Amino acid sequence: MKRFRAFIIKEFRHLFRDWRTAIVLFTIPLIQLMLFGYVITTEIKNARIAILDFSNDEITHQITNKLLASGYFILDAGLKSIDEVEPAFQKGKIKEVIVFEPDFGQKLIKTNKASIQILTDASDPNMASLLDTYTRSIIVSFQNELNKNQPQGKHIITEFRMFYNEGLRSAYMFVPGTMAMILMLISALMTSVSIAREKEMGTMEILLVSPLKPSQIILGKLIPYMALAFADMLVILLIGHVVFGVPVRGNLLLLIGTGTLFILLALSLGVLISTIARTQQVAMIISLIGLMLPTILLSGFIFPIENMPEILQWFSVIMPPRWFLSAIKDIMLKGAGISYVWDNLLIMAFMMLFFILLSIKKFKTRLE
Amino acid sequence: MIKAQQLTKKYGTTVALGNVSFQVDEGELFGFIGPDGAGKSTLFRLLTSLLLPSSGKVELFGLDTVKDYKKIREITGYMPGRFSLYPDLSVEENLDFFATVFGTSIQENYHIIHDVYSHIEPFKTRLAGKLSGGMKQKLALSCALIHNPRVLVLDEPTTGVDAVSRKEFWELLRSLKSKGITIIVSTPYMDEAGLCDRVALIHHGRLLTVDKPGAITSSYEKQILGIVADNTYKLLDSLRKYPDVLHAYAFGQQVHYTGRKASADLNNMRAYLGQCGHKDVQIMQIKAGIEDVFIDLVQDRQG
Repeated sequence: MKRFRAFIIKEFRHLFRDWRTAIVLFTIPLIQLMLFGYVITTEIKNARIAILDFSNDEITHQITNKLLASGYFILDAGLKSIDEVEPAFQKGKIKEVIVFEPDFGQKLIKTNKASIQILTDASDPNMASLLDTYTRSIIVSFQNELNKNQPQGKHIITEFRMFYNEGLRSAYMFVPGTMAMILMLISALMTSVSIAREKEMGTMEILLVSPLKPSQIILGKLIPYMALAFADMLVILLIGHVVFGVPVRGNLLLLIGTGTLFILLALSLGVLISTIARTQQVAMIISLIGLMLPTILLSGFIFPIENMPEILQWFSVIMPPRWFLSAIKDIMLKGAGISYVWDNLLIMAFMMLFFILLSIKKFKTRLE
Repeated sequence: MIKAQQLTKKYGTTVALGNVSFQVDEGELFGFIGPDGAGKSTLFRLLTSLLLPSSGKVELFGLDTVKDYKKIREITGYMPGRFSLYPDLSVEENLDFFATVFGTSIQENYHIIHDVYSHIEPFKTRLAGKLSGGMKQKLALSCALIHNPRVLVLDEPTTGVDAVSRKEFWELLRSLKSKGITIIVSTPYMDEAGLCDRVALIHHGRLLTVDKPGAITSSYEKQILGIVADNTYKLLDSLRKYPDVLHAYAFGQQVHYTGRKASADLNNMRAYLGQCGHKDVQIMQIKAGIEDVFIDLVQDRQG
């Protein structure tokens, strides 16, 4: 036990001596949250639009005002003819043009039908579809207000239905995603690199000839990074909640327990990688390409799993972060209890067990 | 007592170590001398149970490196080829770590490491990565010694260390030996052979000879001539073309020449070198050093 404690103390010393890395590990989640939160936003705020109003009557003005009052849009220009639309898009400032047909108001009153054309800059498809959705929802709510006072239904032709959460809050997506990424980074990458460093420096030879048990060497390596990952998880949750208003509707203990399970799972992956990798560089490359990229691309963090080709959907099944992400999203956003996420937790636990058994089998008490 | 019998280590079809047998007595300072790639590190890893032999066996004080590796690891102090220390830990932290891991403490075994550690103790708060080569070497030795091992296995401890530190280090080894610790050391430097009780010359994974350094050189029967001239490189070239030559090597300013005959015809050689245009030629008979024997044994194997 004394030996084991000395080993852990040594590991913490490594961690704190290399203060640059330690700082980076703590600032990465902050930077990433800020990046996802403010730069790579998928929300609409102050999108520049143009209005091409061929009718110019009271109702079109009302609709325009309602759009601008939503806070999502800023009126950049009023256009006079359809020929001005393309040049306006080409300048790149305007993301959307709303076209009211001639005699819009009169048609709506007389025939109960009128149409609005929504033109979007589809060079950014995500943005375009978001703008489209936002605009339609505002128009529909205007139409509903109109129909409240008049018995015969007026119909503005822009049919649609809304599938998203009302605010389309991207924070709901990137806070859990960032958590999965950071925990994976610290746990798997840092652990595998730190074990590979001992091999590279030749100190592993001495550790192996020492009376330390292999399990002690491995556990000793894991504990500091587990502590670091745990602290990072709390920081991300706190910032997500305080700064970005991501709710924690479910049980906080269940959430933290799920996070801890994921940390352990990622750590066991790190150990497995280090049993294969002989040098720090190899460990880093395997971790980055083998773990980080799939975490970002295949876990449902950025791209919805349902939209993936079938092969990739199957592939995502073996991605540990997938189960973690869907579990914590359910707990945080939907307030799901353990009865809803137990299968995800079970899958993660089995994965962890599998990686640990494989690592033990592959870890050598000798050099070959 | 350490005993290796027909020890062989293969990597695929490459034989890193072939049929090596030797015996090291308790309390002996035993050296393995050979160039890089001779198989010294492989042999030491087999001794410390870090590698499994392909065939043959090694026993340390009756303990088998395959079966009893846990016990072996408790009685051996091992210093790998690179000074395996943690550069981001201080001198004292490194030593303390290895002491605790081996179930002891610096205080408890201070008397064992005192001679070595006292040299670097004034710098105990310095990070190990910032030490000079000689100091790193002493720290690594202290770490290998801290658990009072019965046998020390030191893989090229003097490689990359300055001449003064090397000399000091060997003095430390002598004093450790006097405390009854068995020491097995490897080195690529032939001149260090004389500092061991017995040496084994090793080349291409095979032992060339095992004996006391003095016995190895004195039993050498061939005549060696030390030859000097105004241009050493041309001289070497001419000597290698000399009809009677067995081998000729440059040792600093001198060329060591060994002929096929028991004694060379010096007049004939002088005349030959004169014809080749060498000036200030001096020829003297010299005693064989370890390196001469080594070269000759290697030549024999290849020839």
